[in-house]
Amino acid sequence: MADFDQELDASGLNCPLPILRAKKSLAGMSAGQVLHIIATDPGSVKDFEAFAKQTGNELMESKEEGGKFTFLIKKA
Amino acid sequence: MSNKKLAIISTKGTLDWGYPPFILASTAAALGYDVEIFFTFYGLQLLKKKINVKVSPLGNPGMPMPMGMDKWFPVLGTAIPGMESIMTMMMKSKMKAKGVASLEDLRELCIEADVKIVACQMTVDLFDMSPSDFIDGIEYGGAATFFEFAGEADITLFI
Repeated sequence: MADFDQELDASGLNCPLPILRAKKSLAGMSAGQVLHIIATDPGSVKDFEAFAKQTGNELMESKEEGGKFTFLIKKA
Repeated sequence: MSNKKLAIISTKGTLDWGYPPFILASTAAALGYDVEIFFTFYGLQLLKKKINVKVSPLGNPGMPMPMGMDKWFPVLGTAIPGMESIMTMMMKSKMKAKGVASLEDLRELCIEADVKIVACQMTVDLFDMSPSDFIDGIEYGGAATFFEFAGEADITLFI
């Protein structure tokens, strides 16, 4: 189990809500803190990669377990 | 570093076509873009306080219909009174079940993210629409207003 500072459960939400919620959560965090995101939208895998690339926040981990997608994003 | 800019012209007043402007605008804003949407003609329906737009099966052969209706249902049948309301109801409940945000929610997210909203003054006058029907915090302008922003934009979309 990886360490994180805040968790966002975006289960059941569809594009673009997981990204928008993640952005909102990150806005309230400080640099270096890690956000753990849980999503069920398969499109979020590519989207969080693209989100990280464009915003400079680091995607530390992207995993799938039993239909759930989890991500660790470190705030830049 | 100055932000990238996205300019969108929103011209359609249906449930399905209402989504792309708000989805793209809110996402771009989350990615750090400055965004402006110029609403003109039927797109202005998306700025009403209560959004009342429908999706129509009429003249829309690509629209998936329940129970294989698109296979056997005559094209003219899609013009039956009430069809539009039924399809709109079904589409809305499907969207809710699949976790797709409502247009009002997405619009709210755009506003929270400082997406600039401009309503076409000419269309407002043309259709005798009242600014009191629209949400607060929008600007009114014309083509030149659009180009003031779009001229500097990295991406411009006509929807």
